Amino acid sequence: MRFLLVEDNRELAASVAARLALDGHGVDQAHTLAEAADCLACAAYDLILLDITLPDGDGRDFLARHRRAEHQTPVIVMTARSAVSDRVDALDTGADDYITKPFDFAELEARCRAVLRRRGGAAQTLRRYADVVFDPLAATLSVGDDLRDLRSREMRLFELFVSAPGRILSKEHLCDRLFSFSEPVSDNAIEVYVGRLRKKLAGSRARIETVRGLGYRLTEA
Amino acid sequence: MSARRAPSLRRRLVVQLLALAAVLAVLLFAAVRFSAERASEATLDAILGAATIAMAEEIRSAEGGAVIDLSPGTFSMLAAMGDERIFYRVNLGAATLTGYDDLPLPEAVPAALAPMFYSTPYRDTQVRIAAVSRSLRIDNRPATLLVLVGQTRAGQSAIAQGLANRAAAVGLVVFLLAVPLSLLAADNLLRPIARLAAAVGRRGPHDLRPVRAATPAELVPLVVALNSFIARLRGTLAQTETFIAEAAHHIRTPLAVMRTEAEMALHHSGDEATRARLRRLIRAVDDSARSAGQLLDHATVLYRADQQTPAEVELGALALALIGRFRPTAEMKDMRLTLVPAAVALWVHGDAVLIEAALRNLIDNAIKYSPAETEVTLTLAAQAGQAVIRCRDHGRGVAGARLEALTSRFQRGPNVGDVAGSGLGLTIVSEAMAAMGGDFALDAAEGEGTCATLSLPLRAA
Amino acid sequence: MRHAVAALARRLSAAAVVLGLALPTIAPAFEIEAEQRFGPAGAGARIEVLSTTDIAIFAPVIEGFLRRNPALGVHYVVASSQEIYQAIATEGAAFDLVISSAMDLQMKLANDGLARALPPDQIAGAGAGAGLPDWAHWRDLVFAVAQEPVVLLLSPQALAGGLAAPRSRRDLIALLRDHPERFRGRIGSYDPVISGAGYLFAVQDARMSDSFWRLAEVMGRLDLKLYCCSGDMIADIRAGRLLLAYNVLGSYALAGRDAGAEGAPAVIELEDFTLTLLRTALVPQSAPDPTAGVQLLGFLLSPEGQRLIGEAAGLPPIDAEAFAAHPHLRPIRLDPGLLAHLDRMTRARFLGEWQAAMDQP
Repeated sequence: MRFLLVEDNRELAASVAARLALDGHGVDQAHTLAEAADCLACAAYDLILLDITLPDGDGRDFLARHRRAEHQTPVIVMTARSAVSDRVDALDTGADDYITKPFDFAELEARCRAVLRRRGGAAQTLRRYADVVFDPLAATLSVGDDLRDLRSREMRLFELFVSAPGRILSKEHLCDRLFSFSEPVSDNAIEVYVGRLRKKLAGSRARIETVRGLGYRLTEA
Repeated sequence: MSARRAPSLRRRLVVQLLALAAVLAVLLFAAVRFSAERASEATLDAILGAATIAMAEEIRSAEGGAVIDLSPGTFSMLAAMGDERIFYRVNLGAATLTGYDDLPLPEAVPAALAPMFYSTPYRDTQVRIAAVSRSLRIDNRPATLLVLVGQTRAGQSAIAQGLANRAAAVGLVVFLLAVPLSLLAADNLLRPIARLAAAVGRRGPHDLRPVRAATPAELVPLVVALNSFIARLRGTLAQTETFIAEAAHHIRTPLAVMRTEAEMALHHSGDEATRARLRRLIRAVDDSARSAGQLLDHATVLYRADQQTPAEVELGALALALIGRFRPTAEMKDMRLTLVPAAVALWVHGDAVLIEAALRNLIDNAIKYSPAETEVTLTLAAQAGQAVIRCRDHGRGVAGARLEALTSRFQRGPNVGDVAGSGLGLTIVSEAMAAMGGDFALDAAEGEGTCATLSLPLRAA
Repeated sequence: MRHAVAALARRLSAAAVVLGLALPTIAPAFEIEAEQRFGPAGAGARIEVLSTTDIAIFAPVIEGFLRRNPALGVHYVVASSQEIYQAIATEGAAFDLVISSAMDLQMKLANDGLARALPPDQIAGAGAGAGLPDWAHWRDLVFAVAQEPVVLLLSPQALAGGLAAPRSRRDLIALLRDHPERFRGRIGSYDPVISGAGYLFAVQDARMSDSFWRLAEVMGRLDLKLYCCSGDMIADIRAGRLLLAYNVLGSYALAGRDAGAEGAPAVIELEDFTLTLLRTALVPQSAPDPTAGVQLLGFLLSPEGQRLIGEAAGLPPIDAEAFAAHPHLRPIRLDPGLLAHLDRMTRARFLGEWQAAMDQP
């Protein structure tokens, strides 16, 4: 996805951009509302991440203008402030969702997905691998005409494999990306989810191969 | 708040006025008594003196001695006022010519024809004596004539006493009148204070406008101080609101940087030991962020508990919005969030921020302490005039810990050591509900898990 | 009067022996003229009364009192006003009630602190009735029980020949001056030297008008006979030895008149002024039984007592209206003014002038 990140704290902006890039997203950084306006004029984005307090104005005013101009790009507001009114205001003035810093990127991804789903996800988000069609927004796998629902973690797991097909992904790597750092995780949790995913892939040419001692990889049979 | 009670102003004023009236009445009595006595004594002395002088002047010298011709009229007159008894003595030189020869003599010889007055006991009573001296030529030799005339002063005392008693009666009447008048005056005087107090008391809890009621000069310093205090309070409160928000921003922004960088490092790191460290680091940052968030939430609740802005809140709508908010978070753990709405609209009267904080923390708690792939159900109902929200999860339960223990600050249950948490979540819920006069209960649910119940009085339809 | 008194005394002594009563153990130093005991033989309380009024005159009043108080007795002692004064002032004689016609001497006793103060409710409680007029008592010490005019007595022969009765002192002076041969040696009055009452009448008379000294001179030229007591004067008029008696206590004269209609002297109240004497009573400090004295005094002031005094004793009771009805009656004021003439030098001076008036060629 293509993000416009509007954040005045450069360090944080750089960190967030780099992290999003890890997942394969493209990120444009704007540090002021003026820069954001310029970016918006030049390119199209899938989602705007907007910080509320910016040096040259309140993010909410930007939101209001953005909505009035009938731009359709969804906006998720990032806020570090505590006041409830801030959050409520943001939603009232047209943000699609908000997230508090520091945020879990998995949560950001989930919220982005939810927002895009609500807005009517574009077809370009479909992913293909072998004979499987993967719709991350709808969280479905299609094998031929067979539409199979994926639960949230199953979907995220498959997304990880699909983003790096043929590459070995270690169990730790998968753990880091699948579970929150604060959550107790059992030793065979990954095996369980891989098992479920294999079931969902049954009947297709896609295979999840166990590489003993190293991890798993998605292959095509 | 019970302040140290100083004596009531009204009572002080009344007591002081009455004391003053009493003192004045006593002074009046004493003054009248004194002046009456002095006046009557002066008058009677004048008459006595005149009579003595007249008597002295009528004594004539004759062959071989003096001739005395006492006038009954003088004695009658002297006795007239108050039926006084009369005594007299006439001395020529050292010898007593006539009269009561044991009537006490004056200490000094009076000047010629100017009477000297003195009081002395005589026989069975007190006598006021006027002494007059004059010189006489008897047998061609000068001789000093001393004429003493004394009278009792019972009548005078009686009159003075009568006057003083009348004055005392007047004083008493004045004093008795002073009682209702003092009460009236006190009430009147204190009315501006009562009015001021009423004006300030009529204000709502958030009314921090300066006091502009008309005040008498003596209360102006108090009102000025009160207004400056109000202004300072307003400033402080504004600062607190801003502070809480600013603190959040300044704590969370660096934490966000830390977390992102740590995740990046984790991704790029090769050896397992470092990755383990980085995972621990990220956990600590999450812990920190969560604690910060809850501390700020708690501060908000405390602040709002005193500064509530009551409004009409429909709990169903609020719950629905919150469920929508938490759904992505729950989905990350493959948990299902279900809302069972009430049959009727649940309107309550309370502070929207507090209610939202309570409900949010409750749901957050349920999601955090439940394992993946379980369900959290929020049930709304109207029961016996109360709006009831039940949040049921299938988590690890409260392991028998008591509600008071769990809701005290920074107290965590005995079974949550492996999950990061600050121990403030339930405190926030409990304090928010208490501030609004609602109820919060925590019970073990059938089978496994916890059932938390919030209840608030339904707004009277 | 003396003879009558002596006879009475003899009779009384006999009566006392018959009644078996002992004479008082302590014999007073002052001179008693007469005494009598009233009441039952073994009377519990005996009230000691000292008085100038003759026993015969006052007896009915005493008996009236004892009828009301049968358990009490009265020891009634008669003496002259001077003796009475001495008894109380110098000797502190033990009497419960002192009644005297000498207002000035009574006043002096009271003024000098020798009379006991009697609260008005005590007097009223003893039956005094509605309350004495102010002029009829001095403080709570001296109380008037009778008011008696001081009158001129004329025997029927005084006006023989159709002479007009004198109506004023001027008339009297004219009468005496015009008929010296008739009145020479046959007019009488009190001796102010001896008689306290007489002195009082004389000084009061002299205060009232200057006609007194002219009258005194006229009477002195006509060999005025001087008496100690009214009784003697009345007796001498009856006997024809006197044609005229000046300044007699009317009561006695009237009492005497009842004795026989014929030859009774005419009682004339001179119209320019007629002195009115107040017969007064007091309870001395030395009273052995002051409550009893008050009781008797209360009776004397009570309506019944006053009635007895008036009707039985012939002494006019206290009556304010009498003065209103008869403007010629001039009451002698009961106040310390009376003390002025008791002053020895003043008295000496007055008596000196009186003597000068008497010693007329």
